[in-house]
Amino acid sequence: MLDSKIPAGKLEDKWVDYKGHCKLVNPANKRKMEVIIVGTGLAGASAAAAMGELGYKVKAFCFQDSPRRAHSIAAQGGINAAKNYQNDGDSVFRLFYDTIKGGDYRAREANVHRLAEVSSNIIDQCVAQGVPFAREYGGLLSNRSFGGTQVQRTFYAAGQTGQQLLIGAYQALERQVALGNVTMHARHEMLDVVKIDGVAKGIIARNLITGELEKHFGHAVLLCTGGYGNVFYLSTNAMGSNVTAAWKAHKQGAYFANPCFTQIHPTCIPVSGDHQSKLTLMSESLRNDGRIWVPKKLGETRKANEIPEEERDYYLERRYPAFGNLVPRDVASRAAKERCDAGYGVGTSKQAVYLDYAAAIERYGKIEVSKQGLKDVSIDQIIAMGKEVVKEKYGNLFEMYAKITGENPYEVPMRIYPAVHYTMGGLWVDYELQTNVKGLYALGEANFSDHGANRLGASALMQGLADGYFVAPYTVGNNLADEIYNAAIPTTHPAFEAAAKVVAERIASLKNINGKQSVESFHKRLGKIIWNECGMSRNKEGLLKAIADVQALKKEFWSDVRIPGEINEYNPELDKANRVADFIELGELMCVDALNREESCGGHFREEYQTPEGEALRDDENYMYVAAWENKGEHEWQLHKEELKYEVIKPSQRNYK
Amino acid sequence: MSQNTMNLKLKVWRQKNANTTGAFVTYDVAGISHEMSFLEMLDILNEKLIVDGGEPVAFDHDCREGICGMCSLYINGKPHGPWQANTTCQLHMRAFKDGETIVIEPWRANSFPIVKDLTVDRSAFDRIIQAGGYVSVNTGNAVDGNSLPIEKDKADASFAAAMCIGCGACVAACKNSSAMLFLSAKVSHLALLPQGAIERKSRVLNMVAQMDKEGFGACTNTGACEATCPKEISISNIARLNLEYLGAGLTAE
Repeated sequence: MLDSKIPAGKLEDKWVDYKGHCKLVNPANKRKMEVIIVGTGLAGASAAAAMGELGYKVKAFCFQDSPRRAHSIAAQGGINAAKNYQNDGDSVFRLFYDTIKGGDYRAREANVHRLAEVSSNIIDQCVAQGVPFAREYGGLLSNRSFGGTQVQRTFYAAGQTGQQLLIGAYQALERQVALGNVTMHARHEMLDVVKIDGVAKGIIARNLITGELEKHFGHAVLLCTGGYGNVFYLSTNAMGSNVTAAWKAHKQGAYFANPCFTQIHPTCIPVSGDHQSKLTLMSESLRNDGRIWVPKKLGETRKANEIPEEERDYYLERRYPAFGNLVPRDVASRAAKERCDAGYGVGTSKQAVYLDYAAAIERYGKIEVSKQGLKDVSIDQIIAMGKEVVKEKYGNLFEMYAKITGENPYEVPMRIYPAVHYTMGGLWVDYELQTNVKGLYALGEANFSDHGANRLGASALMQGLADGYFVAPYTVGNNLADEIYNAAIPTTHPAFEAAAKVVAERIASLKNINGKQSVESFHKRLGKIIWNECGMSRNKEGLLKAIADVQALKKEFWSDVRIPGEINEYNPELDKANRVADFIELGELMCVDALNREESCGGHFREEYQTPEGEALRDDENYMYVAAWENKGEHEWQLHKEELKYEVIKPSQRNYK
Repeated sequence: MSQNTMNLKLKVWRQKNANTTGAFVTYDVAGISHEMSFLEMLDILNEKLIVDGGEPVAFDHDCREGICGMCSLYINGKPHGPWQANTTCQLHMRAFKDGETIVIEPWRANSFPIVKDLTVDRSAFDRIIQAGGYVSVNTGNAVDGNSLPIEKDKADASFAAAMCIGCGACVAACKNSSAMLFLSAKVSHLALLPQGAIERKSRVLNMVAQMDKEGFGACTNTGACEATCPKEISISNIARLNLEYLGAGLTAE
């Protein structure tokens, strides 16, 4: 059994007590402590800024050309916080409860409660940094609602919340760079963790411009490297998002937890052809006002606007009257797949459903008419006014849709289909966000801890910033207090030399394969295997087949991949080859994990385990645990279980009806 | 979904690294669908180059949804190509006709040295932010987010400036390679908010000094930056920057 080091005491006192009793490092000693932070998204940039402010010597790394590019920037909808500014019954407990329930009772109570506790501080901190959140006419912050909740607790900046939060964290980070507390290494990729006597003491990073391998020492190493959704090739992740840092940590002994828990987001722009390189999300906030439907008639050929109201099946409103179009993501995605599989899909591919704004446009138009006290207004005028309101709320999303599809979403319903968006699984961490390798931490999407088997909307930004600004500075400090007697280790130490040699050899062996097929072609094939067998629904037979297919693909990759260019130069194909090699190994573990979990929960839907109504059927008796996998060599993993104890919330079947 | 496909000629700038000279190389690509994005078209070119034993064209890109600011490219003489308010990654091949020749170059500015082919080094922008593009508030210092109401108009104007994605198209479009639109967006974003107003004088003076140090050119108000900005950052921000700068200079201690 794994020890998650959850503090004793009542749930609501744990974090307060922890902070009151954790060890501190005095300012003079902080200046001597070096902290490595890999990744500069919300978790990494906020951690680097906060640790830099405290006086630690921080070295931050990102593979992009600037820390401001990290993929947190693409988050659209918003960030949750239990402020209860709307007086609609929200509280820390309610946010905690919604997150646990939304995660289908597969998350740790203590971590999630802490997340809900610090959520309010995040909003305050961001406002103080100058994040321009949406505001009401009275000058106060505006809120909207998101899936899986019945309160309005989501703060936002149009459809660019992630961008604004990341720019805030990036600016705080650059301020520390200017002050000399943070050294920034952009266009660098971490390719291994260096351990000395079993403790993480640094990393090997590749300078992506020169190809040179660099050795960096750290008293602690924080991985803030995001999720692994790109294992599917097609996802809403950025092209460069990868699992490599987390996977190297896994190969060095860190357990990988719940890898099969991946989130398929219900509202994305459908695939248009084989050329597709990525999928684009349409924010969940669109489900606030949009209505989702498919035709009632099989083989419907009419255009959306020609199908009369009574011949439309608003299947989410029909199946889930209480939450309607705002059911959690896993439920909405499966419902879309169910309709499309049954033959009711729309568009040329028939792999899409409609997201319709006609009703919202009319409703908003009428509100404007009454606000302005107008009389004798024609329906055309009402609709024109409604379009203006919708434009203000969702304009950038509608524009993006029009650019990609060539259709005008103000006139015709959007076509949407689920796509891979987020990964709840990740490196196993304890309450302090430390992996089972001492000195090695994982923050944000890179860890597994807070979202269970399904993440609620607007919670990823919250978790990234909670971990970076408000959790890691305390928990990492608690452990660094024991390190003050240990001076920095020179990177001439044999452990660094040996690790650098292993990395160099691996790169050389990749380059020397000199085969015929591109890295990209292997990545596409991997994505198809995982999407088909370990995507929105899974079964035993398919998973067994996928494991065999991935193993065969790995063999083929290592004997026929072609990497052009040289090792010691800027070589994006080589960078990609390193990443895809790791994705292939992770793909196998995802299937192993999905095969092991003989139940359905959240985003993990095993066809063998469902209720008569087709809902996920959990098996709390046998699977109420975190599956943490230890790497044991080629194609071999050992399962370690962390039992999940629910002391406050009583797990029940999730009901959104 | 259309079945339209095109054959195109690409004139692409190839340059091994910062220390070598570059040149245009012409490639033919066939079977390009209208539904592809511009970068997906380049993916197809690269796939062909790799399989044929050549070297793929290096270009920066990441999110491919128009927000990270990593993609660049000067396409037929225009940063981010022919569409208004658009990034290269969101440009789709519907914008081109069968048989067309497309000229693809990197951003050209002394302050953005070429790394390889179409990839440039934009770290000068990070250094400009380091000079003062932030509010000096440490984590944990904040008061309640609603304790300081901000007029909606001001918050909206600040947000409109804060939408800058730092791609550098403004610099690439400017005949003087000026970074004034980028800089003015950051100065405006922060100066319009009460939280950022406190440091407004030192911020604008330090950021302008850093911009000059990086070798960006002067602004001569041609408006090319605004016309090309994928996020439609307004040139009125430059007017605000000039006012801030003038005011700070006059009243500096």
